[in-house]
Amino acid sequence: MSGFPILSLMLLVPLVAAIACLFLEAKPARALALAATLVDFMLGVVLWANYDIGGAQWQFTERTALFAGFSYALGIDGIALMLIMLSVFLMPICIGASWTSIEKRVGEYMAAFLLMETLMIGVFAAQDLYLFYIFFEAGLIPMYLIIGIWGGQDRIYASYKFFLYTLLGSVLMLIAMLWMVNEAGTTDIPTLMAYDFPAKAQTWLWLAFFASFAVKMPMWPVHTWLPDAHVQAPTAGSVILAGVLLKMGGYGFIRFSLPMFPEASAQFAWLVFALSMIAVVYTSLVALVQHDMKKLIAYSSVAHMAIVTIGLFAFNTQGLEGSMIVMLSHGLVSGALFLAVGVIYDRLHTREIDRYGGLSINMPHYALFFMLFTMASIGLPGTSGFVGEFLSLGGIYQVSSWVALVCTTGIILGAAYMLYLYRRVAFGEQKHADAAAMPDLSLREYLMMIPLGLAVLWMGVYPESFLAPMRADIAALDARVARARPEGDAKLAMGKGKPAHEAEAAHEGAH
Amino acid sequence: MDWLQSLRLIAPEETLSIAGLVLLLVAAWGGDKAARLISVASVAALVGAAFLVMPALCGGAMGPDAQAFGDQYRADAFASFAKLLIYGAAAASLVIAPAFFDRLRAMRAEYPLLILFAALGMGMMVSASNLLTLYIGLELNSLASYVLAAFLRSDDRSAEAGLKYFVLGSLASGILLFGISLTYGFTGTTSFEGIRVALEGGLSHGALFGIVFMLAGLAFKISAVPFHMWTPDVYEGAPTPVTTFFATAPKVAALALTMRVALDAFGPQSDAWRQIVIFASLASIVVGALGAIGQANIKRLMAYSSINNVGFMLIGLAAATPAGASAMLVYLTIYVAMSLGGFIAILMLKDEAGEPVEAIAQIAGLSRTRPGLAAALAMVMFSLAGIPPLFGFWGKFVVFQAAVQAGLVPLAAIGIAASVIGAFYYLKVVKIMYFDEPADVVKGRSDWAHQALLVLATVFISPLGYLLTKWLGGLADVAASALFLAA
Repeated sequence: MSGFPILSLMLLVPLVAAIACLFLEAKPARALALAATLVDFMLGVVLWANYDIGGAQWQFTERTALFAGFSYALGIDGIALMLIMLSVFLMPICIGASWTSIEKRVGEYMAAFLLMETLMIGVFAAQDLYLFYIFFEAGLIPMYLIIGIWGGQDRIYASYKFFLYTLLGSVLMLIAMLWMVNEAGTTDIPTLMAYDFPAKAQTWLWLAFFASFAVKMPMWPVHTWLPDAHVQAPTAGSVILAGVLLKMGGYGFIRFSLPMFPEASAQFAWLVFALSMIAVVYTSLVALVQHDMKKLIAYSSVAHMAIVTIGLFAFNTQGLEGSMIVMLSHGLVSGALFLAVGVIYDRLHTREIDRYGGLSINMPHYALFFMLFTMASIGLPGTSGFVGEFLSLGGIYQVSSWVALVCTTGIILGAAYMLYLYRRVAFGEQKHADAAAMPDLSLREYLMMIPLGLAVLWMGVYPESFLAPMRADIAALDARVARARPEGDAKLAMGKGKPAHEAEAAHEGAH
Repeated sequence: MDWLQSLRLIAPEETLSIAGLVLLLVAAWGGDKAARLISVASVAALVGAAFLVMPALCGGAMGPDAQAFGDQYRADAFASFAKLLIYGAAAASLVIAPAFFDRLRAMRAEYPLLILFAALGMGMMVSASNLLTLYIGLELNSLASYVLAAFLRSDDRSAEAGLKYFVLGSLASGILLFGISLTYGFTGTTSFEGIRVALEGGLSHGALFGIVFMLAGLAFKISAVPFHMWTPDVYEGAPTPVTTFFATAPKVAALALTMRVALDAFGPQSDAWRQIVIFASLASIVVGALGAIGQANIKRLMAYSSINNVGFMLIGLAAATPAGASAMLVYLTIYVAMSLGGFIAILMLKDEAGEPVEAIAQIAGLSRTRPGLAAALAMVMFSLAGIPPLFGFWGKFVVFQAAVQAGLVPLAAIGIAASVIGAFYYLKVVKIMYFDEPADVVKGRSDWAHQALLVLATVFISPLGYLLTKWLGGLADVAASALFLAA
């Protein structure tokens, strides 16, 4: 496969389909969008199958000096591969989720989604700093339109908030990038990842990148755009927002902040820890009192993302691997949960938790899937959520037992709000006649739920499939940040084991 | 320098002058019936002049070879770059005019002539290397512009715009002239070269005042804060094709002139004027952005947008480096395309009777009634806001890059953060067109010339524009280096 520009092809397929969708009627637009996303998924599978684990760090590289000042450079490592896989896996499901619920301006809607897909893949595949920025920022336009045109009641406010919040975060990053390129003399991301910026400058650069990624992630206290955007976006919009867009923040940390500014990352680790701890506890408590299903899941996303950030800034392999798995798992699980909400929203057109109840009676299959994803969100062993959270928290425990302690409460609180949600929706009495009359999953919904369920179980039972491609890259990153690694607070010391016979003698002497 | 050589160097100006004078006679005898013919001839003259300036740009002309009449006038690569933009914008303003004026029966023969003379004046502005050439060019352009603003004689708003522009413009000319006289008095020369040499030794208080007053006068012409007050009123009142012209060609001319004055004549004392430029830049960005938010008229909104954009371009000037000058030229090129696209789209907003629609509220839901037009306008808006992957981002990008390279990181950071405020009102237009229920007012048919130009401008500001970055950047680099010969 060497030499074949598969990454460009993956960018091109949705882009061409997006342009075509603009000129199509509703029905062919749907079909074309589905076909394009499926083709892209196939290409993703081919990409994964041809990815040489243990081979070169950057594979499938393409480089053309098309523009002044920066080049069209693509290439992926294991981390990018996994995130691209997540994107192409979720996209056909998103199209499926909007099959019937989107009735107005279908062509434009599908075009916006396909454009999103191109940009997401571009973000993860870009190997040029400015190219990355262009893809990263360009995502604002289609997402703004998706929320604003097809969203719920307060969609206008939510779309503005989403756009301006994320824009403000990113523009500062652009200035930092300009400075970095001026200093290092290259826009090549792999080169920059090995470049040692002066420690004093790193502080500012790190803060500028943090401004962008923290908003995107989102971290407390700049997370407030997320619940609004999630609640107002159409189901598929929420899936893609939670599933992939939030991962861009984490990807940014792992690709830029950590390897490019290791000293500054260590210097500001306390800030990340503090914000993450607050986020875990605070947003979990907020999630507990929500009446709106989507809002509840949105807040749970903030809590899960906080687990990602503490894992990233644990500065060890365990934490980093954990963070990656949490990101992938959260992409699947939160996407699935939004989908589950979408399924019943399509039937009853309300997200109010109180309007449902006893769904396990009339929708047993739906309740089963919902249960699976609820458990995965809680982090039940055997589901994907467990693996990531365990590794992340294990990683942070080596650095700070207090942070680990506080963040682990998130798991307990997570169990509380998710189970509470599940009980109110699926169990109990059928309080409302209209909710009780809802039919169970349709074939289309099965087709969306089953792959997600299988992926969640796969990642939970055999995470090695997903960890293997990333292992070498995470080890490289770990080696890169090793010089700035903070001292752990456990102060573990190798104990002096007593010789066996002495211990015996002491034992005898006691008698 | 012999006269023949000088006369050859000013060939574009000669072409425009002769064409203008001949067409004036045609207008005198032919009357308004000849307006269309004169328009076509004027466009031809502009295109011809554009071809005449091209060799200087492609050949990178600069230095003594490009000086005419004892260095009163320079036909160097920098002037040629600016002239190409000016002639292009002027020609576009001519092409789009008939469809607008015909309906009002106001397509008079003077319109193409005034544009032609304004273009001639602007060509002299950007080529000026002497304070007197500068002033002659500026006034030639300004006088033509005042009349153009008031071109719809029977329309109150147009007359008001012309009067306002005239009164405030004369005031600014006076300020500029005062600055010129101070500069002359304290440096003893009117030639840019002489001023540069005189300032290399040091800056006297008198010369500093000269710089301040000259920059104030020029700030008026480029509508930078705090001399921007005329812009919204004139843009709103002037007939839309004229507004299109104002937003593009004179902007290029005045900015290019400012660049030459600041970087060439006052080049040795860049620290003295940098703080003025930085203030004007940040103030323009912020005032332009905040002022636009409350606007209900789309032409006024574009006026504030132009103030905002000038602020960004001034960041490149503050850098005072060849990279900064080159970045400004790239930004100007993209800005001209965005403005043309924006105003042509506005020209195409017509109701059933063909009356122009200017209220932003009336374009609600445009994306459903006229999807193509709405998409073009949305692209212009996102591009003006500088959101990648649209080409408007590239203009901001190179300007900020130059500022960072010049060590002006705080300025770049504040400027770019303030650009987020600007994004708000561009988003508002997109929101009204895409999210709101259709008002269904825009129904008029569009002229083919408008459509063709709009498509052209939209393709240019689309991501395809990035393919031009190398070529555009190369030309701008050559052009900018002409300003830094002595440095």
